[in-house]
Amino acid sequence: MTQLLQQHLVIAPLLVPLLGGILLLLMRGSATPLRRLVSMLSVQLLFGVALLLLLTVSDGRTLVYALGGWPAPFGIVLVADRLAAMLVLLTALLALFAMMHAIQGSDRSGRQFHVLFQFQLLGLNGAFLTGDLFNLFVFFEVLLIASYGLLLHGGGPDRSRAGLHYVVVNLVGSSLFLFAVGTLYGVLGTLNMADMAVRVAALPPADRALVQAAGLLLCLVFALKAALAPLHLWLPRAYAAAGPAAAAIFAVMTKVGAYALVRVSTLIFGPGGELDGLVEPWLLSLGLVTIVVGSIGVLASRQLGLLVSHLVVVSAGTLLTAFGIGGAAAVSAGLYYLLHSTLVAAALFLLTDNVAAARGRCADRIAAGPLLPAANLLGGLFLVLAVAVVGLPPLSGFLGKVMVLQAGLSSPWMPWILAVVLVSSLLTLVAVTRAGSALFFKTDPDAGSATLPNMADLVPVMALGGLGILLVIYAGPVYAFVAATAAQLLDPAAYVGAVLGAAPDAVPVVAPDMAQGAVATPEVNLP
Amino acid sequence: MHSSLPLMVSLPFVGALLAAWSGTQGRLWSAWVSGGVALASLGLLFGPALAVMQGETLLWQATWVPQIGLDLGFRLDGLSLLFALMILGIGLLVVLYARYYLADQDPMGRFYAYLMLFMGAMLGLVTSENLIQMAIFWELTSITSFLLVSYWRHRSEARQGARMALAITGAGGLALLGGLLLLGQIVGSYQLSDVLAAADSIKASPLYLPALLLILLGVFTKSAQFPFHFWLPHAMAAPTPVSAYLHSATMVKAGVFLLARLFPALSDTAAWTWIVAPVGLATLVLGAYTALFKHDLKGLLAYSTISHLGLITLLFGIGTPLAAVAAVFHIMNHATFKASLFMAAGIIDHEAGTRDMRRLSGLWHYMPYTGLLAMVAAAAMAGVPLLNGFLSKEMFFEKTVFMAELTDSAWLLPVFATLAGAFAVAYSLRFIHDVFFGGAPTELPRIPHEPTRWMKVPVEILVVICVAVGILPGLTFGPLLYLAAGATLQGPLPEFSLSVWHGFTPALGMSVLALLGGVAIYAVRRPLFRLHEQSFGRFDARALFIALESALLGLAAWLDQRLHRPSLQRMLAVILLAAVAVVVAGLWPSLRDGTLSGPLPLTPPDPVSIAAMLCLVVGAVGTVVLHRERWTALVMLSVVGLIVALAFVKLSAPDLALTQLSVEMVTIVLLLLALYFLPKHTPRESSLPRRLRDLTLAGAVGLTAAALVWAVLTRPYQSIAGWFLDNSVPGGGGTNVVNVILVDFRGFDTLGEITVLAIAAVGIYMLLQGLRLDAPRADAQGRPWSWDTHPLILATFARLLLPLALLVAVFILLRGHNLPGGGFIAGLVVAVALVMQYLANGITWTRPRISGQLHPLIGIGLLLSTATGLGSWYFDRPFLTSAHGHFHLPLIGDLELATAMLFDLGVLMVVVGITLVILIRLGELDALEYPPARGRRRVMAARAQLRRGGGH
Repeated sequence: MTQLLQQHLVIAPLLVPLLGGILLLLMRGSATPLRRLVSMLSVQLLFGVALLLLLTVSDGRTLVYALGGWPAPFGIVLVADRLAAMLVLLTALLALFAMMHAIQGSDRSGRQFHVLFQFQLLGLNGAFLTGDLFNLFVFFEVLLIASYGLLLHGGGPDRSRAGLHYVVVNLVGSSLFLFAVGTLYGVLGTLNMADMAVRVAALPPADRALVQAAGLLLCLVFALKAALAPLHLWLPRAYAAAGPAAAAIFAVMTKVGAYALVRVSTLIFGPGGELDGLVEPWLLSLGLVTIVVGSIGVLASRQLGLLVSHLVVVSAGTLLTAFGIGGAAAVSAGLYYLLHSTLVAAALFLLTDNVAAARGRCADRIAAGPLLPAANLLGGLFLVLAVAVVGLPPLSGFLGKVMVLQAGLSSPWMPWILAVVLVSSLLTLVAVTRAGSALFFKTDPDAGSATLPNMADLVPVMALGGLGILLVIYAGPVYAFVAATAAQLLDPAAYVGAVLGAAPDAVPVVAPDMAQGAVATPEVNLP
Repeated sequence: MHSSLPLMVSLPFVGALLAAWSGTQGRLWSAWVSGGVALASLGLLFGPALAVMQGETLLWQATWVPQIGLDLGFRLDGLSLLFALMILGIGLLVVLYARYYLADQDPMGRFYAYLMLFMGAMLGLVTSENLIQMAIFWELTSITSFLLVSYWRHRSEARQGARMALAITGAGGLALLGGLLLLGQIVGSYQLSDVLAAADSIKASPLYLPALLLILLGVFTKSAQFPFHFWLPHAMAAPTPVSAYLHSATMVKAGVFLLARLFPALSDTAAWTWIVAPVGLATLVLGAYTALFKHDLKGLLAYSTISHLGLITLLFGIGTPLAAVAAVFHIMNHATFKASLFMAAGIIDHEAGTRDMRRLSGLWHYMPYTGLLAMVAAAAMAGVPLLNGFLSKEMFFEKTVFMAELTDSAWLLPVFATLAGAFAVAYSLRFIHDVFFGGAPTELPRIPHEPTRWMKVPVEILVVICVAVGILPGLTFGPLLYLAAGATLQGPLPEFSLSVWHGFTPALGMSVLALLGGVAIYAVRRPLFRLHEQSFGRFDARALFIALESALLGLAAWLDQRLHRPSLQRMLAVILLAAVAVVVAGLWPSLRDGTLSGPLPLTPPDPVSIAAMLCLVVGAVGTVVLHRERWTALVMLSVVGLIVALAFVKLSAPDLALTQLSVEMVTIVLLLLALYFLPKHTPRESSLPRRLRDLTLAGAVGLTAAALVWAVLTRPYQSIAGWFLDNSVPGGGGTNVVNVILVDFRGFDTLGEITVLAIAAVGIYMLLQGLRLDAPRADAQGRPWSWDTHPLILATFARLLLPLALLVAVFILLRGHNLPGGGFIAGLVVAVALVMQYLANGITWTRPRISGQLHPLIGIGLLLSTATGLGSWYFDRPFLTSAHGHFHLPLIGDLELATAMLFDLGVLMVVVGITLVILIRLGELDALEYPPARGRRRVMAARAQLRRGGGH
């Protein structure tokens, strides 16, 4: 069993939610507790394999899993390096807490929550692990369609409207993805990302502009997912409309875009390649714009859910700014910030739901409401998460921000980075203080009645917040890990070598007997 | 290593938890816990303090995030010792005082928890060795001060004061962070020891000025320097113990602490002097002036504090070693007399029920002892001889005279200093005279009396210190001052004497002048009040802040409306525009030098292709032009689909053509079903300019896409496709390469895509469940759909066709691996056959004959495909490895079978499943049965009946 697991460890984070989803699909009509049990077990199992995967690759090796036994670049490969494993584990963690929250009751506000949730995890993990550009497209589709379902979970006109915008925008993004992949395949003749890196490195000058255009188009699609301004417009209302568990898992969805950006920009258009530095200037400048625009949204928000969604935009901007600065320190800073912002955003989405539920008909409107029976607890949790998300000390947001700023100090854009990041911190601080003061301090006797929050609902919020605190206490080891991850990213030769075999620079040629040798056909005995 | 330092800092944080917890156990427990914690921290300070007295600088360090230069580091030298003593000593007194100050309904645990948090943050700040760590504690003091000021959260002025304080000091903290990062960048280390040792290189660096400005921004906001001073008076909404602690002795001193801490590294430049000194002077004068006109006791003290902080800042700005010594001395003195005055004001408020000096008077009669204490402390504030305030103020006057002698233009300095001194005397007089004298009180809410014994003890202790220092400075504060000043300067101390009498000096003259002037100003206070109220008094910082904040919010809302309008058209326009922009940007070099076209010669056009392309264009354009006529547009759209299928045939891709054709059929029929529920006509919604804009955008996108396609097609095509052709038979066991790719080489993609289909089915199921739509029974002209609902011939043939179609599907599935076909196409064929039944026979006939519970088909199909993939694990192969072999089956004959066919069967099931889900769901949408009633009215009646009956 352990041997089997080790052998197929890379694909395990995909198969667990896939089989979980299928099982739940087949369990249509069975009792809710049973469905919850299956769903929860699947998520826990996923967490286990994700942890094992991370531990396995944490020594710096790159695991390659050739699906169907077909060697790269011909078949599809899954590739697990530090970055992929880290994000898979982050997803699993988030899923665990979102599931904990969902089974308190929000999963019953619509149908088929658990099926969609499992498939969403499949899409996320697939996007992180695949080493094939077209397969990435497929997982983007899985992600998109599952998230659309999750977004609509619970119903209501707000969700329908936001959902329509979300799905149409993303379908357009998918079409552009196909344009980009088609062009790249037409010129480079391959879909395997490592192989693409090899071919870009030996790109004839005549094809340079074309590959450059297709590469930028590809990154545009990723930027759309990552909510880089001005492509972020779909995010705030969609995330604000989503139910709590869905929004919490969506916190990692923008990171898929960021992941794809950093993967592609370090591998295909990476150091040593012909098109090194293709994406970074766009990321840096537009990342800063994203921070500004997001901060404006945060200031203007009149609902906590919307405010948190705009905060997600700000953190996306900060993340992409870090990736845009480029270099080991900046990428490390970005990865640390990614971990922080995902956990905190998820916690805030869950907390928002609890606050809205406790405030009765005032819901999450940022205005005086009824006197909350648990104002200290809810307000205290909000304070901790707000401090973290705004980037005040001593929580993870501060450390992440310091890392990004420090990396930015050696950039020629230093004054801009410093000014934008610090001023946006101030603006979000003002907005968040205002919101907290109105929600937890100010009371209005005519605002209806408040209810005590369900304590079990708050456990995942506390746990996520606690993880954020661990991120501070163990900032040293965590940073060491993200720095090693950044180093691995910035040395794509190892990745290419692992995927394409010993001789990464040899352009693969047609070799029928090579395939024969690699994939022996097992004898089948039919009666 | 001196581990008692981190212990001392972290103890209050633990104490905060303890206080919060013990607050739930009993009212006073948290006070005892806090007092114990403060005492314990003070005890921990004792050992290190002795070492510092010996001239040592204690350091304790531990790694945290060494990669970014952020390590834990605590440092105890004279300066931090002085501050630590103030924080813990006054903290202890405040803990005692607050225990008696807080009312019964105030939650004690929360108060003491916040207070302990603040104490820890402040201790951490003054003992930080690492600059980033210092910034951490710095902001922590801002956050805890927010919590303390907003302690009475039901009061709007408390909430607003807290928010204002946090906004201003938080902004400063962020600037400080930027400045410290720059400083670290210059020095190459965030360790304070390294920074202090690198003074020369810091001042020579081009980053010096930005770093200095950012750091000073932090200092000025925290220490309430002009023009950022206005948050402090509004923070007075805090409970008085908080004001005594934060707003006199500790937090507001953090700014000047930083001036002292970085004094060796940053001072002694023109920029330093010309920024720090004028700001300090302005604050000194403005604070002293405004203090006189505040009717609220705490307001007076707040402005007085601002003024004294200005004085300290000015001294640091002057920048000579002696001035720095005087500044440190004044920090000590101010803390003692101001904390005691705040506490006295709190007692007055507590016992008399008001802090308004216009209502207070003659309290001497009721509380002489408190009056005496307040009088001594106020005298110290005014700078009366034999009290500590006099000494440092005298030193300050001396420095201003010294500066005036040094530079010509600085003659204003002593003048302003004396003026501020005079105002200080005046407001001190007012504090005493207005409250304790001037006739019996008439408007008090209650009869005042002396407070509890223990509430006065903290004041007594502080007042005794004021007197003792005032008389015997050398024996009391002397040693500590030497230590602290030495640590500030990080070098040899200048000569100075701590004594009451220095002979007849200009400074003495200024002191006398200030005393006399102060008395004179107080004498004419009433006309002055009137004058002030008509001039400066109108300026209301709080209103300004609120106006600024609402302007900011208004601006944000205005921008947000423009930026984030939830318009789908806008979002799509932005995305498409961005796509065009990046592709053009990428292609730009080749557009410029004309290398967009590749080397391949162009294929000559043939008439058939041209005709097909024209059809394609007509279909596409027609769809857009006729989009408001949904039925027609759909027909146009199907033209596009058919031409694409034909193109596949022409390009020898029969599989794709088959797929395209069947997909086209199924989707068009399903779309027709969906259209049934929509109105037949869409109103024209876009204006002409808008449509022109969209046309331009669409044209640009089309041209861009065409450019990409052109560029790709004119280049030689070298891809891995050849490998697939060569390996299809030996590796995949099938001659149909397309199918082998789909189910074997890239079977994982297919698995993903059928998962997408399954999820879509779930989504559709979820969306349409329970949904009931009013489908129109007639068209726009009122004509019913059709009288001849189910043509007999069609119905009969459709039924006959079904088994045939299923047979064809099986055939296509089985041959798929070698000849055009496969699971996807087979699934679509089955779907078409089923759709036909619906079309020909109607829902009524079809529904009972097709199980409504076919959804599991999707799950089973998906499971089958996945399980086929998993099966390869048994043979120790990766997921989805296929096996194939040649078999001879009876009746059928020779057959090449591959496990991939099982996989393909799963695909078939999923495709059939989702089609059925859509069909059944869409069919159920309409509550009523076909054929329709002969008029709208009857439909409505039937509908109403249905509703009454609770649905069907």
